[in-house]
Amino acid sequence: MNRKRVFYTIGKIIMAEATMLLLPLIVSFIYGESCSMDFIITIGIALAVGGLLMILFRTENRVIYAKEGFVIVAGAWIAMSLIGALPFYISGEIPSYIDAFFETVSGFTTTGASILTDVEAMSKGLLFWRSFTHWIGGMGVLVFVMAIIPNFSDRSIHLLRAEVPGPVVGKLVPRMKDTAKILYLIYVAMTVIEIILLLCGGMPFFDSVVHSFGTAGTGGFGIKADSIAGYSNYLQWVITIFMLLFGVNFNIYYLLLIRHFKSVFKSSEVWCYFGIVGTSIAVITANIYPIYQDIADSLRLSAFQVSSIITTTGFATADFDLWPRLSKVVLMLLMFVGACAGSTGGGLKVSRLMLLFKIIKKELKRMIHPRSVGAVKMEGKKVDEKMQNGVLVYFALYVVLFGIMFGLLCFESFDIETNFSAVTACFNNIGPGLSLVGPAANYSIYSSLSKIVLSGAMLLGRLEIFPLLLALSPAVWSKK
Amino acid sequence: MKIIIAGLGKIGTTILASLVAEGHDVVAIDSNPDIIDEITNIYDVIGVCGNGADTDALSDAGVDKAELFVAVTGSDEFNMLSCFIARKMGAAHTIARIRSPEYNDNSLVFMKQHLGLSMAINPELLAAHELYNILKFPSAVKIETFSHRNFEMIEIKLKPDSILDGLSLMQLRHKYKSKILICTVQRDDKVYIPDGNFVLKSGDKIGITAELTEFQKFFKELGIFQKQAKNVMILGGSRTAFYLARRLINGGSSVKIIEQRRERCDALSEAIPKAVIIHGDGAQQELLMEEGLDSLDAFVALTGMDEENILISIFAASHSVPTVISKVNRNELSSMAEKLGLDCIVSPKKIISDILVRYARALENSMDSKVETLYKLMDGKAEALEFKVGPDFKYTNIPIKDLRIQENILLGGIIRNKPVIPSGNDVILPNDRVIVVATDKKIRELSDIFES
Repeated sequence: MNRKRVFYTIGKIIMAEATMLLLPLIVSFIYGESCSMDFIITIGIALAVGGLLMILFRTENRVIYAKEGFVIVAGAWIAMSLIGALPFYISGEIPSYIDAFFETVSGFTTTGASILTDVEAMSKGLLFWRSFTHWIGGMGVLVFVMAIIPNFSDRSIHLLRAEVPGPVVGKLVPRMKDTAKILYLIYVAMTVIEIILLLCGGMPFFDSVVHSFGTAGTGGFGIKADSIAGYSNYLQWVITIFMLLFGVNFNIYYLLLIRHFKSVFKSSEVWCYFGIVGTSIAVITANIYPIYQDIADSLRLSAFQVSSIITTTGFATADFDLWPRLSKVVLMLLMFVGACAGSTGGGLKVSRLMLLFKIIKKELKRMIHPRSVGAVKMEGKKVDEKMQNGVLVYFALYVVLFGIMFGLLCFESFDIETNFSAVTACFNNIGPGLSLVGPAANYSIYSSLSKIVLSGAMLLGRLEIFPLLLALSPAVWSKK
Repeated sequence: MKIIIAGLGKIGTTILASLVAEGHDVVAIDSNPDIIDEITNIYDVIGVCGNGADTDALSDAGVDKAELFVAVTGSDEFNMLSCFIARKMGAAHTIARIRSPEYNDNSLVFMKQHLGLSMAINPELLAAHELYNILKFPSAVKIETFSHRNFEMIEIKLKPDSILDGLSLMQLRHKYKSKILICTVQRDDKVYIPDGNFVLKSGDKIGITAELTEFQKFFKELGIFQKQAKNVMILGGSRTAFYLARRLINGGSSVKIIEQRRERCDALSEAIPKAVIIHGDGAQQELLMEEGLDSLDAFVALTGMDEENILISIFAASHSVPTVISKVNRNELSSMAEKLGLDCIVSPKKIISDILVRYARALENSMDSKVETLYKLMDGKAEALEFKVGPDFKYTNIPIKDLRIQENILLGGIIRNKPVIPSGNDVILPNDRVIVVATDKKIRELSDIFES
């Protein structure tokens, strides 16, 4: 393995993070807060660590293969979270480093699970940084660095594959750098439009920016104790719609940009995604109507919660822990579904589930007609055996890891619903679960060990298991 | 520039690699998903898995926006068809590999016209052409023909005991009266554009422009002149061998081809009755000696196996055959063969990719500059550019010694009715074609070469 290049690239990413930290630094300067000093210290540490890695592991050999791609992505995400947690810790606003780490991982992985008991007491600079990590983590750090640094790495497709979620990752245009640029341009444009629409609805500027970051990355960190519930109906609808939009595969937006409307219309994943959303909203609206006695309110609340959960954002306008069981079950199931592949959302991904069902159908058919030959097709194209296996292995790993992490939480004294939903919400990068970790509560109740386990769950979920698992496997590191 | 390549065999991949290195946006089409996987892992391109003549696959690849479409699958008919469809779907230029001899005679012009092909490439014919050029003038390592006219640049390698060793170009001009111009010198992987004080060393590879008769005079003075190879042995009866033998025989040489397969021998003897076709294993030294290896002017190894070509060429060289050429397709092997002392190595893959890179560059240049044709010299480390002098060119009728030309740029030749090797007193006239030789410079029009 090209170890030097791996560490060199991680160093480069840390340098990039140092640059990103300038933004919250400026914010804290504007508000005249004392945490600006903490950001300066963090930037200093990041520059030192990143620079040291870049000097120590300088190498001419730029070639990386798939395994280096996985290791770089896993290493970069862990390193970024370790450094990103420093401002919270140094400022003393989150006194425990493990708590700060949990909060930062939750930010970068766009989970939105928080250990803060009083969000509104935090300083603006730190709140901005917390939400900004959502925005960076949503589209991916390496994709961002690829878009701005010329000639970043040879064979950078391996990095894109390891970082962008979904069973297949395709480039939009021949050159990697241009692909990364287009993705980020769409991302920035949509974020800006959301900020403007929120401003039009009378939301203060700081709140608009922070909530747009949370929506764009499908993260879910709010800055109010009641998340979004305190804002007007118009603002809630804007956020609902944008959550759904950020859960759509970004290739679709590119196809819209180059006016290939026909292929957009034919995308079965998008149809399926909106089908699931529509059905769930209808079911929950009917189910919660008796509580609110108003069809408009029920529709708004159910649409918001459904969009928030399926796109794995995690904003809340109602404490759905108090809703009837049917609604809770639907939301719980949506947690596993997740958004479209190639979006900023987490979860299993709609396309992966569609493939799973198609494979199941094919295999059942084969049991009835043992000699039948069946092809699995997706978006009009045949899916080869290798990819089918990939999806099955992913699902198997997903279930196994879920079981292990659920088991590791058994030392906590909480009920099974709390533990189960905590793992679900973290592994699928959603944020709020049910019961004691419901939308009105937070994760501060867990012990440090459990917080580390849940941080791992979030990273595994965001990077789709393989990069982290491979980075920890000795076979990748051995010289043999 | 956006380029689509259909068919990723050996040649397709080589073309793809050099076009990506040139910075083009490349889309690759192949029906084998494994190849697509591998290509997209290594190169920064998009892969489309499908049939290159299928309109769906072509529109997936974005053919309507492509400036250049290249079809290089193994089948001529398929290449023609996919180029035809691509052209109709909006590709601006199309290039097809057409290698079968039947398609390469009179029907080629007809097909090019009706299929709307910009160019048809035949790797074997092009390789044979390059081989023929070298055999015509065996003292050279490589010959580049400019402007389709009688004007050439010849690369030679200075042998260890060369009398040019230690001579500056100024002294050279006084000592020899030949009208030649040394345009480029390659020494240890670096390419120089020499001035009058530049001192030559043995081991240098130098690029010279001159008229053909002047070349002969100069090489005679140097004592390295070899006449056109009259007695040539070709190992392996491939298509390249066929094209080469045909040309050599038309040029009056005698040719002997050694081929292992009986049917191929029969076909060859029918196609070129004047050649001597030997049915036998060329790897047997006995056979080579029996067929007169000692009395050859040139030996050309063209079997399908790189390793065999290299080894037998070394054997031929050890029997002091004056000119030994070997075909080596794999890059890593050709650099090794050079270390083993084989100077003259021809790689069909590389010839094709050079031609395509040249074509793509010229296409790109034609959009925003006045370069007529572009040639890569010295393994691509230097360039020769051909310009036509336009009516608005200010520097006509000024002696060249009074023009202030930038460093590392040289006027290699002026093509009027007949080529002129420029000396200080020559002038550029309107409607001339001028060849400019340069290293690492981006020149877009002729006036760029002057100091501002």
